[in-house]
Amino acid sequence: MADVIRGTWVIAYRELLRFFSEHTRTFSSFFMPLIFLAIFGAGFQNLIPNLAPGIDFLKFVYPGIIAMTVLQSSIFSGISIVWDREFGFLKEILVAPLGRSGIVLGKVVGAAAVALMQGIIMLLLAPIIGVALTPMIVGELIGIIIVIAVSLSGLGVLIASRMRSQQGFQVVIQVVIFPLMFLSGVFFPVNNVPTWMAVIAKINPVTYGVDATRKIVLGEELSAASGIMGNTALGVTLFGHTMTIVEDAALVLFIGAILLTLAIWSFSRQE
Amino acid sequence: MNVIEVKELSRNYGKLVAVDRVSFQVMQGEIFGFLGPNGAGKTTTINMLCTLLKPTGGEATICGFNVLTERKQVRRCIGLVFQDSALDEYLTAEQNLRFHAYAYNIPKETREERITEVLGLVNLSDRRRSRVRTFSGGMRRRLEIARGLLHRPRVLFLDEPTIGLDPQTRRTIWDFVLQLRRQQNLTIFLTTHYMDEAEYCDRISVIDSGHIIALDTPEKLKDSLGGDVVTLVAEDNNSAVQELRERFNLSPEIQDGHITFSIPQGEIFLPRLIKNFTSPLTSVGIHRPTLDDVFLKLTGRAIRDTEAGEKEQLKEMMQWRRGR
Repeated sequence: MADVIRGTWVIAYRELLRFFSEHTRTFSSFFMPLIFLAIFGAGFQNLIPNLAPGIDFLKFVYPGIIAMTVLQSSIFSGISIVWDREFGFLKEILVAPLGRSGIVLGKVVGAAAVALMQGIIMLLLAPIIGVALTPMIVGELIGIIIVIAVSLSGLGVLIASRMRSQQGFQVVIQVVIFPLMFLSGVFFPVNNVPTWMAVIAKINPVTYGVDATRKIVLGEELSAASGIMGNTALGVTLFGHTMTIVEDAALVLFIGAILLTLAIWSFSRQE
Repeated sequence: MNVIEVKELSRNYGKLVAVDRVSFQVMQGEIFGFLGPNGAGKTTTINMLCTLLKPTGGEATICGFNVLTERKQVRRCIGLVFQDSALDEYLTAEQNLRFHAYAYNIPKETREERITEVLGLVNLSDRRRSRVRTFSGGMRRRLEIARGLLHRPRVLFLDEPTIGLDPQTRRTIWDFVLQLRRQQNLTIFLTTHYMDEAEYCDRISVIDSGHIIALDTPEKLKDSLGGDVVTLVAEDNNSAVQELRERFNLSPEIQDGHITFSIPQGEIFLPRLIKNFTSPLTSVGIHRPTLDDVFLKLTGRAIRDTEAGEKEQLKEMMQWRRGR
């Protein structure tokens, strides 16, 4: 047990050390979501009418972009395992007296920490978007960001646990990230789409992460809007039930736990 | 006391038998070498002893711990330098060592002290805060040796420690290794396919196609050839061989157009041979036996031939991959 805990923190420590020692990566990873937000903001803002009273498109999409930033950063973090395998450092890790599950957990914790930092940077934009943040909201956001990050880092590590080349990993990740991102309610409410799309969106765990993030950020405005437009317009309903923030988070965490277990299993099985 | 005990250790990859029932013991403070061509099973054996690979048969203990059932204890008592660099190039030398210190749970009080100590040992103190990316091949290898020693292992495994290094750097690495053994009574297990390096070992195990075909001190292995090695080239090698067999009662072999045989006190024998030999000779050579001769004697081919074969295979493989 002590080995697993030490493994977790020593691996997480290195992930962060690496993140800060590669300045270009640090820099560009912060800019990617900004670009997204700027493009969508400037491009669609005037084209799309308000989704609800007081909620224009930019406001609607902003919490989604926060969740998306976390999603990308978390899944992509698996690349460090592939990188380490390609450049040999993985052997140094594997031969050290650390538990294999500790190594996976360390990668996940490190990835979640990086994702959290990026998520928090995104929060700095709230005043520009016109969203009021209270300490309470920020606290809840940090919570949901950690939930999303831990769950999806599990997916990243699971994919990375058997990949041998970075190029291969990147291709697979693109294929995985796109549907997760675009069919998750980041860019449009998932209750107003064709049935086939709604079904996929509701299987996608990211949908619930995005929903929770949006409910936290736009809390009052969203409930005011639902008073006028009905409960379900901008939220997510599952089998006729409108999800609450806590239910969203629990569902993401549950799927995350499965992914993490699979990741540990897959990583430990290799020799 | 034996630090490494190996009994009938085997490893198969499907039908391919990479290591076939090897047994040997290594004593405390010994430099033990695994000598053989690439693909002979050296790295597979090291990986099994270091708990990175599960044996498919037999058993092995390191410092009294079983490599299959007591992996954590084994990992704590060994240091390892891999054939390919296993450093994080984007971190500094110090950061690499600190990661290792954390991973091996070296107590806080001694951590920085030990880092300073091992860096001094491999003469890298002045590069402590440089990124590994800026290091030459020899410096990287030295840093890896330093890292392998950081947690004071009882056994240091070196997998081809000097591969890809220039002769001068190879020499430096060896000076370190010999110095370590002297100062710390460290047990060193290494693999190499360089004959000259195997000479530094206390004992050598010659391995070929997964089998140990000889195990002894370098001196005894060379003595087993029975004296000096004489190399002849004749106008007609076959008739020269026949003459050597019949008139001098020798058992020569033809290798690459050379006739070789071993004879005690070759420098006295050779003038007598030349005086009485009837087949016309074009060249004559004599040398003290090397481990290469031992390998040739044991396997019927020189280690460098095996290497060349490997290279050809590799080339073909690369072409095949490119063509894909």
